[in-house]
Amino acid sequence: MKHLLGTDGLDRDTALAVLDTSDGLKRTLLGREVRKLPTLRGRTVITMFYENSTRTRVSFEIAGKWMSADVVNVSAGGSSVGKGESLRDTALTLAAAGADCVIVRHPASGAAHRLAGWLAEAGTSVVNAGDGTHEHPTQALLDAATLRDRLGDVEGRRIGVVGDVLHSRVARSNVHLLTTLGAEVVLIAPPTLLPTGVADWSVGDAGSLVVSHELDPELPTLDAVMMLRVQAERMHGGFFPSAREYAIAYGLSENRLRLLPEHAPVLHPGPMLRGMEISAAVADSPRAAITQQVTNGVHVRMAVLYHLLAGEEDGS
Amino acid sequence: MTTLLIRGAAPYGEGGPVDVLVRDGVIREIADRIDADTGTEVLDAGGLVALPGFVDLHTHLREPGREDTETIETGSRAAALGGYTAVFAMANTDPVADNAVVVEHVWRRGREVGLVDVHPVGAVTVGLKGERLAELGTMARSAAGVRIFSDDGLCVADPLVMRRALEYTRALDAVIAQHAEEPRLTVGAQAHEGEQAARLGLAGWPAVAEESIVARDCLLARHVGARLHVCHVSTAGTAEVLRWAKGRGTRVSAEVTPHHLLLDDSRLSTYDPVNKVNPPLRTATDAAALRAALADGTVDCVATDHAPHASQDKDCEWSAARPGMLGLQTALPIVVQTMVNPGLLDWRGVARVMSERPAEIAGLPDQGRPIAVGEPATLTLVDPAGRWTVRGADLASVAANTPYEGMELPGTVVATVLRGALTARDGKAAK
Repeated sequence: MKHLLGTDGLDRDTALAVLDTSDGLKRTLLGREVRKLPTLRGRTVITMFYENSTRTRVSFEIAGKWMSADVVNVSAGGSSVGKGESLRDTALTLAAAGADCVIVRHPASGAAHRLAGWLAEAGTSVVNAGDGTHEHPTQALLDAATLRDRLGDVEGRRIGVVGDVLHSRVARSNVHLLTTLGAEVVLIAPPTLLPTGVADWSVGDAGSLVVSHELDPELPTLDAVMMLRVQAERMHGGFFPSAREYAIAYGLSENRLRLLPEHAPVLHPGPMLRGMEISAAVADSPRAAITQQVTNGVHVRMAVLYHLLAGEEDGS
Repeated sequence: MTTLLIRGAAPYGEGGPVDVLVRDGVIREIADRIDADTGTEVLDAGGLVALPGFVDLHTHLREPGREDTETIETGSRAAALGGYTAVFAMANTDPVADNAVVVEHVWRRGREVGLVDVHPVGAVTVGLKGERLAELGTMARSAAGVRIFSDDGLCVADPLVMRRALEYTRALDAVIAQHAEEPRLTVGAQAHEGEQAARLGLAGWPAVAEESIVARDCLLARHVGARLHVCHVSTAGTAEVLRWAKGRGTRVSAEVTPHHLLLDDSRLSTYDPVNKVNPPLRTATDAAALRAALADGTVDCVATDHAPHASQDKDCEWSAARPGMLGLQTALPIVVQTMVNPGLLDWRGVARVMSERPAEIAGLPDQGRPIAVGEPATLTLVDPAGRWTVRGADLASVAANTPYEGMELPGTVVATVLRGALTARDGKAAK
């Protein structure tokens, strides 16, 4: 693996290898007082975040540090980016300064793909930490790791993804990864929050994709449900009439949780809007896997860095 | 003026080769064999097809304002090399061509360069803001004699402003060329709204945003008895609307760009903004429908929408990039590839869509004329067997933003003749 730009096109074997490495790292570090492995000593990892994100940036930073890489954080506000430097020039500068891997979060869809093109000559690896409304592959990988923890396996499972699929890079990455791993993904949203022609998308051969506009009839059929954040600005864009109507139709309340089978966990990529897409009681219940997702996020990102920077060997 | 003898070309690709004698800018004789007097310049055109000089209704020459990407001089060179003898320079310059001073400047610069007739397009509304009419009459009566008005780049979206513009230009023997894009349906739009854009996470530019404006404008034009020209038709649905409107006698004409005939949104997966253009590349189905509409006359002509951009405005993130691509030097080869080679158009048809119809739409009396004795010697000589590989850096434009980089295309323009004077020959502009 040279780059991780998306899960669209990521093959099943590579995805499983990353997930297995992540499991192995988790077992290795479990209960250890000093959670640091020497694997990436001397390697330089730079995070470039053009959007605010505490959770993802910190997760990557911890992942790099636990692997003993030198991690440098660049944020758009406090660098020459703020002075109008182009993304290309910033990337070439960081590569010239010795970055082995650049982790980028950017509001423009495709920004990570462009970076990978510009950095091809320098040989720097690129990890997409979220590009516009396109992909967020490490989020999908950590969601898959969490589903494996809770359900044993993803294959043959029916996974609901509820909410603003249209603007969600998390949803896109999950659609591709989970179907590649053999799941049936059910996208549940009002028609205004679904991408054009999504029901006809070609997805991973091993799985399938269906679309529904009703949450209640789907809940009893699901093995897991993933609630997406609904951004307030979408409401002002007229994608749905009001927060109240959205919460009534698509919010995961305590009552609705009872429709979900006992074994099925509730996932949320965060940050949550309690009372909107998820009630506080559900978010804090043992059914919610939200903190587990965060923990898995560190291990999955360690695994990604390992596969990018430490070669193609089996990472156990 | 010198005498020019064009030897051995086949007019419209029909019949055997003939010799064409040109003196003082006019075709004096056409015969199987004409002997050259001393002092006559002889152009060996064996195997070439002679066509009336091409007319481009839609060119961005960027002067004044963005001379770092194109000037009237470099754009004229590109036009001559592409076989064009007349181009219409769009009004979205800086300052905007919404007054007689700017349009006369563009017109004068075009004449000074002298490689192609440069006709400025006037803005419909002041500053392209879509609010109040620019001084259309003053521009029409200026030395530039403006006959096409357009806010291209932006749509005249307000239906009342559009109605007034259509109505007012009736008295000027002019036409409004509309960039059909309903702005409320294209807020933040980045790519054709369809599966490809949805997968790539690019905000959609839906076909209906074009089709609804074209339908509205056809109704308005008919209502006020005016002429309408539709810029860069990009969807199958727009072709349907045009077919309907023409069928009921609406005075509407339309153009299609070479890139919408050839390319589709499958190219977007690299996120390379060289493929970003407005209206966006549509689906392969749309492209096929546009080729059919051009063949059957629903779409009248080909116009390049030649749009030079600086590298920093293309070598960036998709959403930060400016829309547009170079087109003047690649138009004919793409028409050959998409229309002639598949049998959708013969050379007579190429003359129609590249020269005769655009000249009629613009009201140019001395362009798009028959190749006949007594007619202006404004001609393009094409080698139908020629092939060439596109290199952006080798094109005559200042900018190099071609989506066809490295592509081998059929059909080469060997020479361009404007009123008897060679403006381009064997890949070199006359000046």
